[in-house]
Amino acid sequence: MTAAKLPPLPPLPRPYQDTAAYWAAARKHRFIIQKCTDCGEFQFYPRGVCSHCLSSALEWQEASGRGEVYSYSVNYRAPHPGFADKTPFVLALVTLEEGPRMMTNIVDCDPESVQIGMAVTVTFDDVTEEITLPKFRPA
Amino acid sequence: MRDVAIVGVAESDIGVVPDKSKFQLSAEASRGALEDAGLSIRDVDGIFTNIITEGGQFSSMMMAEYMGITPRYTDSTSLGGSSFVVYVEHAAMAIAAGMCDVALICHGSTNISDRGGKGGPVSHVSDVFGPTQFEEPYGISTVGAYALAAQRHMHEYGTTSEQLAEIAVATRKWASLNPKARMRDPITIDDVMNSRVIASPLHLLDCCLVTDAGGAVVLTSLERARDLKKAPVQLLGSGEAHTHRMISQMPDLTQTAAAISGKLAFERSGLSHGDIDVAEIYDSFTITVLLTLESLGFCGKGEGGDFVSNQRTAPGGDFPMNTQGGALSYTHPGMFGIFTVIEAVRQLRGECGPRQVGDARVALCNGTGGTLSSTGTIILGRD
Repeated sequence: MTAAKLPPLPPLPRPYQDTAAYWAAARKHRFIIQKCTDCGEFQFYPRGVCSHCLSSALEWQEASGRGEVYSYSVNYRAPHPGFADKTPFVLALVTLEEGPRMMTNIVDCDPESVQIGMAVTVTFDDVTEEITLPKFRPA
Repeated sequence: MRDVAIVGVAESDIGVVPDKSKFQLSAEASRGALEDAGLSIRDVDGIFTNIITEGGQFSSMMMAEYMGITPRYTDSTSLGGSSFVVYVEHAAMAIAAGMCDVALICHGSTNISDRGGKGGPVSHVSDVFGPTQFEEPYGISTVGAYALAAQRHMHEYGTTSEQLAEIAVATRKWASLNPKARMRDPITIDDVMNSRVIASPLHLLDCCLVTDAGGAVVLTSLERARDLKKAPVQLLGSGEAHTHRMISQMPDLTQTAAAISGKLAFERSGLSHGDIDVAEIYDSFTITVLLTLESLGFCGKGEGGDFVSNQRTAPGGDFPMNTQGGALSYTHPGMFGIFTVIEAVRQLRGECGPRQVGDARVALCNGTGGTLSSTGTIILGRD
């Protein structure tokens, strides 16, 4: 197969100082989030400081990977050519068991079956050799 | 501190304007607003714009250079579509403090011509740097983000798609009275419900237009305003706030920063909700309006669906809103905030012909920008 026949990729993250560890872990199918050792709060997305107390004393912790759907939308239009072959897809906000909320996709189910409050668990989508996106499926 | 008034407003050509650049649209709207005020570009010593430049920077320098002016006060605060309502507050502070005398707020965009005259997606980025890399790889879009809020509001409060459709239908009725509006044919609640779902629960007709347009607003001190061409429209109170940048970080998907900016505007004006004769509420989507009405306190949280029912916001209803036809039916060049201000001023001057709200004395404008991220609220009144 030639490269021209491959569908375009969705936009992918370019890891940077705050996020390199997160994406490196995802590539190994590990889901880690930051906890502040000063105030004890978890946060998402990864930052160089705690968004609760501005401390730099952050540590990475393995998250349970469990959460529930806070809201969702079944998207029928591709926002980018990289999603043209993926509609309809479920855009969702998931509240993690540890507290923070994150954007993701709900996969491995009928898009119309997704509901707010549904229990979900992390799964890993190896989009390229370098980038793996944590996504969620019904628990 | 000096009181401040709006003395000139204008649109550029609006709709599909492929032969004019966004800079020209902004400059021609500025010329129109200055003519409306009886002022000249030479009088302008403060500029406020976040017109989208290539590279996304230096907006006010670019527009000042384009129009050949040398401002001594400048502001490119970048809050998305709410920016232009927030600029009214910023300009008023600058004038009140003597930092400038004549403030020009302007915007231009060729949002539809840039897409070859058609709507639809424009993002072609391949890699994402910065925090948005936690949203874009999952297919976030503006409509997708607002759909998340709509879905949550329905879940928490039982709000229905029919109730959201009431807003689109009422706004179209206002547009039918405005010859400049892009979409003027009447629609029904069934039309909205039967339009295709873009991002559930939002249908095509829950979404704003994509157009080209420019707009401009001129402010000066109330004292100077009284010597100008038209009756001044005084700024009575204002507020601004933002709660997040990315929708995934929004503290509560059912409440916007208007809960803060609106409260400030009412407090600073000394007025209450019952004093508002006409409301211009940024309607990027029907859900934006519903959340804003609740957040501003026109009704309780969760009561927005009932509030807008029975065409309450339509011509002849007891809550005239988005009287030029809104972003849903009049125009929407990517950032709409300035058009809420232009229409409020025209309503207070009594210039609106068939869509005039009888004896409108006090108007409220609320701009929303980003993804339900930022708001600016202003309350305007006749001098």
